[in-house]
This record gives sequence, structure tokens and C-alpha cells, in this order.
Amino acid sequence: MPALKHPQILLASNLTDGEVVFLGPSGWERDHVKARVAHDKDEAAALEAFGKAEIAANRVVDVYLADVAVGADGVPAPLHYREKMRVKGPSVRLDLGKQAAGGA
Amino acid sequence: MTAHDPSLARPNAPVTTYRYDAFDAAFVRERVAEFREQVRRRLEGKLTEDEFRPFRLMNGLYLQLHAYMLRVAIPYGTLTALQMRRLADIADKYDRGYGHFTTRQNLQYNWPKLVDTPDILEALAEVEMHAIQTSGNCIRNVTADHFSGVAPDEIEDPRPTAEFLRQWSSAHPEFSFLPRKFKIAVTGAAQDRAAIMVHDIGLAIVKNDAGEIGYKVVVGGGLGRSPFIGKVIRDFAPRADLLAYLEAIMRVYNRFGRRDNKYKARIKILVHEKGIDEVRAAVEAEFAAMDRSVFAYDPAEFDRIAAFFAPPPYETLPADSQKLRAARVEHPAFGNFVEVNVAPHKIPGYAVVTVSLKPIGGIPGDATSAQMRALAEASERFGFGELRVSHEQNIILPHVKQDDLFDLWKLLDAAGLATANAGLVSDIISCPGLDYCSLATARSIPIAQAISKRFSDLSRQRRIGKLGIKISGCINACGHHHVGAIGILGLEKKGQESYQITLGGDPTFSASIGEILGPGVTAEQAPDVIEHLVDFYLAERHEGETFIETWRRIGHARFKDVLRREGEDGADI
Repeated sequence: MPALKHPQILLASNLTDGEVVFLGPSGWERDHVKARVAHDKDEAAALEAFGKAEIAANRVVDVYLADVAVGADGVPAPLHYREKMRVKGPSVRLDLGKQAAGGA
Repeated sequence: MTAHDPSLARPNAPVTTYRYDAFDAAFVRERVAEFREQVRRRLEGKLTEDEFRPFRLMNGLYLQLHAYMLRVAIPYGTLTALQMRRLADIADKYDRGYGHFTTRQNLQYNWPKLVDTPDILEALAEVEMHAIQTSGNCIRNVTADHFSGVAPDEIEDPRPTAEFLRQWSSAHPEFSFLPRKFKIAVTGAAQDRAAIMVHDIGLAIVKNDAGEIGYKVVVGGGLGRSPFIGKVIRDFAPRADLLAYLEAIMRVYNRFGRRDNKYKARIKILVHEKGIDEVRAAVEAEFAAMDRSVFAYDPAEFDRIAAFFAPPPYETLPADSQKLRAARVEHPAFGNFVEVNVAPHKIPGYAVVTVSLKPIGGIPGDATSAQMRALAEASERFGFGELRVSHEQNIILPHVKQDDLFDLWKLLDAAGLATANAGLVSDIISCPGLDYCSLATARSIPIAQAISKRFSDLSRQRRIGKLGIKISGCINACGHHHVGAIGILGLEKKGQESYQITLGGDPTFSASIGEILGPGVTAEQAPDVIEHLVDFYLAERHEGETFIETWRRIGHARFKDVLRREGEDGADI
């Protein structure tokens, strides 16, 4: 089973409202805490394949994998500042985005 | 009914802005209906994202970092109180209660839902607005001097020309799929407030020795990853030739512009690679060979358009207002506002007011729906119901009686819109950056906020004087950093946000591209670096010299040296 340099999660934008969503154990989640984590290349490929099918089903757009670090509590945290921003919302408006609803 | 029947113009519009006729209104309504159908098919799964993307982009709808973004066109930055109120209503009903005014004189909503966008476009169409050609490889929203029609140094109001070009370029069948996007700006004044030298085509209204009005035509300017100052392709194009001449330029670009590499597809690259003489020869050959009859200049049509931009019914007033003079003495904060944010008007007794959308520590260009309504009210009470958006991301009230300035200031102050910093160091242009934009490589708004807070003392800002800081969150340069006296470009360096600083940029007729100061700095370092640069300028400037003048006089190396000393041989800067 080929290893990944970092574990990965699958992100996308929801079709109807554009909101960032994360592939969880049983579908798309709005909270990255519930994201399914790929620990090797096969798992990552499976996530990607599911994402492509979801694009074809017109449920999401702009699907891609992002590197994360998994905390002791099992929660994945994006490594790159771009995805760190996406799991929260604009850093200059804490009243907007997922952070406003306490989702980040 | 004709395509341009004045009797069908809307009855409640101010006299100083263009009014849709039946043809315009029907065209926009049809586009809304068409997009509504496209959205329906997309949501039903009958269109894939790849199929739908060009349709949404043709209607100004992007997919950004957190949500969709809708870019609304504000042609040449002019809008009415009615339109501003509608923008506020849309912000409340369909978005998050605010909008972002951009360097293209547009407005962007950051949180619309795809399913709502046809309704938003319909709401816009009801007040003669739309989002057509705010994206895509077409001729974009034509921009113009935000002091159009009121500047004392004006040769001619550029808005009729801009509207003329808008009508020519809207849904132009030959130029809807250009190699890349195409931006045109027009100025009619001795001072360039429209940054025409850094547009794909820049037009300066000029008068020749015979006293005829025409256009100096500049091509090949632009910012982005390869910044260029435009070059003069014609010193004087008579008005009668304008459309045909621009058509010839567009045809040459459409035919010879590169399509193999999107970063090299702008006309600036064509001009750079071929040289202005070869491009000029190709344009002149096309101009000579083309059937110009279809572009035949109709003075009556130009006059019809120009009539919409007629001056409002000004009163006859003394040149100086005693009431203003007294209020300035009695209320120093108001006096400072007048000193900084109020510009001379060509009509005695009137003034042009710049309303800053850059409160100290605020987000450049953002306005809440309440502020938009306050601006609409201000324009109705004090300015013939007309407003302008400047490419500096501020709002202009172009026709305010000097006698009314104090009452206007009180209204603006109550709405949080009276920051007296127009043109000063905290009047920072900033793109949305990585807080919103999916193309960005770093944040830009927090850098603007940090610098604004560092220079929060407005009296200190006035001592520093006019100084343009412009910040972009990526190489696409939406924040115009290349032409900032101090420019800041956000990049990614080893997985971290890094900020490259440039000095000496100038967006006016004396345009120049800023020179890189040295290695990038961190977000935390940026305010310190800017402050050191400003302090060095203050120590070195001659009486009355602006930052850019001092920089040009003493040279880039001296500015670089002062920071090298601060940063251990430049290692940290």
C-alpha cells in the first residue's frame, strides 16, 4: 500500500451555494472535522474517484485532495494556509463563513 | 419604436446619467431569462460544470474560495441613488449585508447562491444594471475618470465616449471570444485619474491645433505578471474614426494575439513582441482596408448619448462659501475632511467629494448595505442623486454645494463614512486576496488593515501627504501594486505568505512600473518596512515633494540601502 507524505482529505464546493464541503464517511459534510482521511495512495485514489463521480452527478464542483495533519483526537487539520482559510472563512470577517457558525 | 427612442427612457432618473431605452432594457431582460434557463438546466443536471462555466462567467458569476461571487458592472463607475439602493437591497436579501467596490469600478457580492443569481440579475435589470461582460475573454466594463464632467481640468466629459464604447462592445459578436480579457479606460482631463496608461486600450480626449476634439490612443498597457506601460499608437484619432479605429485594433489583436499561453495572450504581449511600429502598421492597414461604413460616425447618436450626461441644474453661487468657511473653523474634524476629501469643482460654489471606503483598520472597498443607503441618501439630498465609484475603491459625490458640505459630512460621519484620508497613506487599494479569491497566493486585506492601523493618526497622514499604497494578493495584480508609489505583492514562499515590495509605481500620464525593493517580507514585517520607507522619505523630501517625486530624485538604491541596514544586509527584507 503506497504511503502518502501526508494524510489527505477531499474538498469540494457545493453546487447550489458554493460552500466548501468535505467528503465524510457517508457523504459531503460542511465541517472538516467529519472529513474522511486517506492515509495511503489507494485510499486517496478512492476519495478522488468518489469525487469525480460526485462531479458527474452534479452535486459538487472543484474537487481536490489536500494534505492534513491528524491530531491526537483524530481531527484532520489542513497543512496549507489556503485550506486553513477554507475550513474557517475569511480571516478578516470572523462573522462570516464556517467560523461564524462555530464550525471551525 | 426605434432602437433608441428617447420617449421610452425611465422617467425618474437624474438627468446626469445614461438611461436605458427599450432596446437596452429588452436586451438585458433577455439575457436574464437566458441565464435563468441555464441555471435551471445546471441544477437539474442537464449541463455539466464544464458546459455551464462559460455561461456563468458571461454573467459575472465566479466560484471563489468560500462561495460564489457575482461581479456587477457599473459602467464608467457612474450610478444613481436608485441603483445604489438596489445594490444595498440585494446585499441584504441575497448576500451577507455588504458589497465590495473594486478597482474596475464594479461591485462584487461574495456570498450569493447559484440558485438565487437569476433573481439577483432580474433585480439589477429593474434598475438598468447587469453583470454582462464582467468576466470572460471579451471587452470588459469600460472605465473612466471618476471626476468626469466636474473636474476643472477637463477637456471634455469622457462618459459619453465610454457609453459609446459600451454600446459598441456589448455582445460584440467578433470580440466575445478574444485571446484574453480586454480593458478600456477613458479620460478627458489634463490629469489622468483613470490609469489609462496601464489598460489594454487607453483613450485620452485631446484637442488638436484646429480645435477639434479627438483621442490620443494608447495600447498595450497592463499589469499582471508582465506589467507594461501602454504605447501611443495614434496621437490623434478624430471622433469620427474612433469606433472604426478601435475595431481595427481589436481585429489585429484578435488575429495576431497569442492563444497558446494565457499569460501571453494579452495585447500588451503582442505590442511587446512585435513592437508598437509593427502593430501600428497592421492596425493602420486594417483601418484602411476595412469597410468603415458600418462604423460610420453619427454625430446625432453621439449627441443623443452625450445629452444624458448634461450638467445638472446647478445654481448660480459665489465661488467661496462663507458657511463652509465658518464651519471649517468651528469644527476642525470637518475642516480636515474638507482639506483632504474635497476637490475643486468646475462650477463656482460646488465641490467634488470623495467618500473614503477605507476606514482605519477597515477592509478597502467594502460597504455595508446601511452605508450604501446612506450614500444614496447623501447623493439625493446633496448631489442630484448621482454617485461614482473610483478605481481607488472609493465613492464620489460629484455635485455638492459648498454650502451643503457640513451637513453632508454629518450624514457621512453618522454612517462611518467620513474618514478624512482620500489619497493619503491609509487610502490603500487592495484586492480581496486569499480571504476570498481562489486565484490568490496570499492575503492582502490584513496587510492593508495593519498598515492603516500603523498610520492611524490622520494628522500624521496629512503631514506625509499624498501617497498611494496598492496591494495585490497574487501576480494577477488586481490591486494594481505595480503602479503603487509603494506596491505590495502577496506570494507564497516555502508554504508561507510572503510580501514583495515595489517602489516608484505611478498610474498617471507619467506612468511607471515599480521596482522591486528586495526579498519578500512576512506579514508581520510589512508595516515596519512601510513605516521605515515613509520615515526615510520624510527625512529626505524637499518642500512639497510627493513620495514618488523624492524616490525619482534620489533613486531606488538609497531607499533599498536604508532597509538593507535595517534588515541585516537585506536578509530579512
